[in-house]
Amino acid sequence: MSNGQPQRVLSIAILAMGGEGGGVLADWIVDTAEHAGWLAQSTSAPGVAQRTGATLYYIELFPAAGLATGREPVFALMPVAGDVDVVIASELMEATRGVQRGLVTSDRTTLIASTNRVFSIFEKIALADGRVAASELLELCRKAAKTLVAADMAAMAERAGSVISASLLGAVAGSQALPFAAEAFRDAIRRGGIGVAPSLAAFELGLAAAVGSVTPPMADAASPAAFDPSLAAVVQRAEQEFPAAVHVVLGKALPLLADFQDLAHAEDYLARLAAIRDVDRTYGDGSWRLLTETARYLALDMAYEDVVRVAEQKLRSDRISRIRASLQPAPGDIVQVREYLRPRLQEVADLLPPALGRALLGSRWAALMGRLMTRSGKIVRTTSLLGFLTFYGMSRLRRFRRSSWRFAREQALWNEWLEAVEAIAPQDYDLACAFVECRNVVKGYGEIQELGRRNFDLIRQQAGALAGRPEAARRIDALRRAALDDDTGEAFNRLLAG
Amino acid sequence: MAERSFVAEVEKLRLGAGQEFKGEGILAVTKALLQSGVSYVAGYQGAPISHLMDVLSDAQTVLGELGVHFEASASEATAAATLAASVNYPLRGAVTFKSTVGTNVASDALANLASGGVTGGALILVGEDYGEGSSILQERSHAFAMKSQMWLLDPRPNLPSIVAAVETGFALSEASSTPVMLELRIRACHLYGRFTCKDNRRSAFTLKDAMDHPVRDVARIALPPATFAHEREKVEQRWPAAVKFIEEHRLNEFFSTDDDALDVGIVLQGGMYNAVVRSLELLGLADAFGQTRVPLYVLNVTYPLVDAEFQRFVDGKRAILIVEEGQPEFIEQAVNTILRRADLQTRVHGKDVLPMAGEYTGAVIKEGVRRFLERYHPGLGQSQPAAPTAVSAAELAVKVHSRPPSFCTGCPERPIFAAMKLVERELGSHHVSCDIGCHLFSILPPFNIGATTMGYGLGAASAAAFQAPSAKRTISFMGDGGFWHNGLTSGIGNAVFNKSDNVVVIVDNGYAAATGGQDVLSSAAYNATRSTRNPIARAVKGVGVRWVRTVKRTYDIEAMRRVLTEALTTKAGGPKVVIAQSECMLNKQRRVRPLMARLAKAGKRVVRQRFGVDADICVGDHSCIRLSGCPSLSIAADSPGLRKDPVTQVLNSCVGCGLCGELAHAAALCPSFYRADVISNPGWLERRWEWFSGHVIARLQQRG
Repeated sequence: MSNGQPQRVLSIAILAMGGEGGGVLADWIVDTAEHAGWLAQSTSAPGVAQRTGATLYYIELFPAAGLATGREPVFALMPVAGDVDVVIASELMEATRGVQRGLVTSDRTTLIASTNRVFSIFEKIALADGRVAASELLELCRKAAKTLVAADMAAMAERAGSVISASLLGAVAGSQALPFAAEAFRDAIRRGGIGVAPSLAAFELGLAAAVGSVTPPMADAASPAAFDPSLAAVVQRAEQEFPAAVHVVLGKALPLLADFQDLAHAEDYLARLAAIRDVDRTYGDGSWRLLTETARYLALDMAYEDVVRVAEQKLRSDRISRIRASLQPAPGDIVQVREYLRPRLQEVADLLPPALGRALLGSRWAALMGRLMTRSGKIVRTTSLLGFLTFYGMSRLRRFRRSSWRFAREQALWNEWLEAVEAIAPQDYDLACAFVECRNVVKGYGEIQELGRRNFDLIRQQAGALAGRPEAARRIDALRRAALDDDTGEAFNRLLAG
Repeated sequence: MAERSFVAEVEKLRLGAGQEFKGEGILAVTKALLQSGVSYVAGYQGAPISHLMDVLSDAQTVLGELGVHFEASASEATAAATLAASVNYPLRGAVTFKSTVGTNVASDALANLASGGVTGGALILVGEDYGEGSSILQERSHAFAMKSQMWLLDPRPNLPSIVAAVETGFALSEASSTPVMLELRIRACHLYGRFTCKDNRRSAFTLKDAMDHPVRDVARIALPPATFAHEREKVEQRWPAAVKFIEEHRLNEFFSTDDDALDVGIVLQGGMYNAVVRSLELLGLADAFGQTRVPLYVLNVTYPLVDAEFQRFVDGKRAILIVEEGQPEFIEQAVNTILRRADLQTRVHGKDVLPMAGEYTGAVIKEGVRRFLERYHPGLGQSQPAAPTAVSAAELAVKVHSRPPSFCTGCPERPIFAAMKLVERELGSHHVSCDIGCHLFSILPPFNIGATTMGYGLGAASAAAFQAPSAKRTISFMGDGGFWHNGLTSGIGNAVFNKSDNVVVIVDNGYAAATGGQDVLSSAAYNATRSTRNPIARAVKGVGVRWVRTVKRTYDIEAMRRVLTEALTTKAGGPKVVIAQSECMLNKQRRVRPLMARLAKAGKRVVRQRFGVDADICVGDHSCIRLSGCPSLSIAADSPGLRKDPVTQVLNSCVGCGLCGELAHAAALCPSFYRADVISNPGWLERRWEWFSGHVIARLQQRG
């Protein structure tokens, strides 16, 4: 004990995922400290977590100045909850893991968190939206830490062509949580000798962000879309005829539908929607919930995926240039794009008029052809002349779509569920809203889609039967959640039976 | 070639007397071995001592200069048996492995070694894989020391103490004719610190001397009647000799302030020292330098215990606390016996104030010490009250997801399990027996495949009971590492001999991948100091398997599915062995990336591939993720379109393994997947043709 003031170590915990280079960051901090005349110790427990799991690096520092030779502090090998000065997290959920482990406390911890998300497997495998809101995770960090420095350090690293360790080190320097000047950290990067220039560039971005403190995570709100001039009249009419609450959805839906087929298709959409608008006006609570969600799901339904749609989207010139840009090719490099398709005979039949389509699927000869065609997947090189022409030919079939078998079937489905909405809303507005949300259970391709359609049909029957009963909306909500719980229909069947 | 290279660091092994070593714990241990004049080192890799094996492998030039033989053993049993060289000859030898799993495998040889005893110092460095970061079942190595009567060192976790423990470990072994175990915990292995070096020593007696002038002593061989004499010798001669050595050389340490020491004390394993001192500091009873008011008795040797030292330590103390990580509480039980026999009344606390099971983290020890002090000195040992937290634990439990390890980006093992999922859709679920290795990640989401794992290389063996007339066969997995470790005999040979009808899938990725990418017998790479390229198929056929199929590219989902289906349905008798080959992606990237960069720079044609998802076409049901789980296959952070659900997105980390495309075909996924090839330095004809097609396409696009 010196000067009556008990001296203690500075403790730093780094929360990262295996393979992210948390060790490099630890090395830089140790090197900075040692060159500034401090004693340093670092440890880690990588092991199996090196394979993408959550992992922790731990550093302790102590000023060597004034110490008698041989007198050294006892460094700990792991952090004690409530006794950590700086916590550095390479990802937002990892930052909250630090909070959960008690490492981040409001009386002393500076939390340096990158706000980028590396989604957990549980967030990724959900049938619908399994994400934990970034804003909620950030709020947990803000509440727990004494000082919070939060910014998307991964994006900074990418912009600088470096790794996240470098931008995080910049943020450590900028936070001034450690008693070393920014230049001392830069020197450590220079001494490391690997990728010095990009690392320094990322360091500066992290440093600047830390000085500015909190940068909010990726914006959740979408930017308002600019309307295509040819759509102007339709959009204008829609804005006059429909309440403001639904304008954002319409602003996306109308261009989508015009692009899918033509302006008439978009107008057809508005006509169908008008009926729901009137129902909502009469029976709604003024929130226009029913209309908004119907507008969303009807637009998605009316812009269904078929061969024509896929071909058109694969052909877009801005698509290829976007892909090209994302790959950062060197000048003179060739970029080729190949599509992975698994065509089915059904998809051909879908494009024909109903009678012909049925005949095709019914014929033995076609069944044989179908088996041959679909025995293996196809790889089509869009950037080649042949591949482009294949898609080009398919996209030309758009003019036949309205009279196609698929269109007839889809149309019947739209009518069916819209009629159900119109029938339910006068009896139970909340139930109608819950029912519309259930359109989301129909998604995916092949078996998943069939399961979704079956579940939606069952929900529709339930909703019709439940109308007017108490708790009806809640029951339908529960069924929707169960249908999205797994891709085997197990949870849904259990709930339906129980 | 292992995943991590220590080629630069091994130069530190040449440091001489008085020079300062700075670096990782594992490297310091290697240096200590050289300073001790070791003649041979053997081991089997596995965290936390994988790096020790990698250091030794990269240090073969330095080892050669000192006449040290390094052996990458076939298993821990092989490594332990290697110590037989120290039975008859004055040769110092060390072996290393992961514990307790490796010690389990080694225990046959260790028991035999300990029975006859040793002439030269024999050191067993065990990486105690316990607590956070551990990948194995939770047990203690302590039990092995006790059952075979080997001495167990558990030094304070700082480099000078660890280095000293290695050096005195050899001396203790020789003084007591007993093999010595040195236990290093995970963080101590990865510890960065400093120590002052000594010169490396070359053994006066060499391996060649032993081979040229062989010696035998039947009294040292574990066969009756010598074994009965060995047991008596252990307790009557070797044990007292060890106790004498430990006391005389003060291997255990005592710490305390002189003036204001309390009348209670703490006895602790050396490995717990730093955490205990920190908790005392936080409780206001010690400073940052370890000056403590609570006397400490640090057991750098946790077996055997020295009765006299205990009797001295408890003298004048009302109570002692034993900080002993893991269970059962062997030390606490022994201390109670020591004090009872000496009729000493000092109270003994341990697992009554500290938890019986689980890692002793700083917070756990702090709470235990606090509860202990509260009994005898109420009011002392108050830490500052924890800052009130505004964050609810319940909210955190919901929002913070666990992040288990998984297959790496582009891992060739992922498609094997994706194919399995597709096969199970058609043939129903099967009993799946797993093994130790990266492939064990199949038990986690999104695959959820596998029922048991019984130990390294024992995947096939653990399905042995399932020999009943059934429409379904069992499927066992085994890695190439486990196969060569023992699976060839315990699993395949056993299945042939017992006429098993089941299926065994051997994952042949060219490395012992889970332990850090070390070479194995069947590795495809050339290795100057080892024999590689010995095919698994030949070994399997050699022990009598008739039905062997090799899939040369695991990413070929269709082929994988076809072979698995055939194996499950064929009428052929006997075990069905599928060898699934593709190089470990982590190691492949390490190998290929620099090569590609070099070729591209030299003007050679190089193709780089990446996959992508068209956000406009993706419908966001995430089927592809549930079939793959690749870290680079993720979801979009925001949804710009009408959909509320996030669409799938391929991150920049994609290595273009091809699985996404194969799955899009095999599982009939949506048409949103594309592959982009970037061709650097294309040929002249290629360039002209691209230019021409590009022009025609642009024209057509303008027509709309």
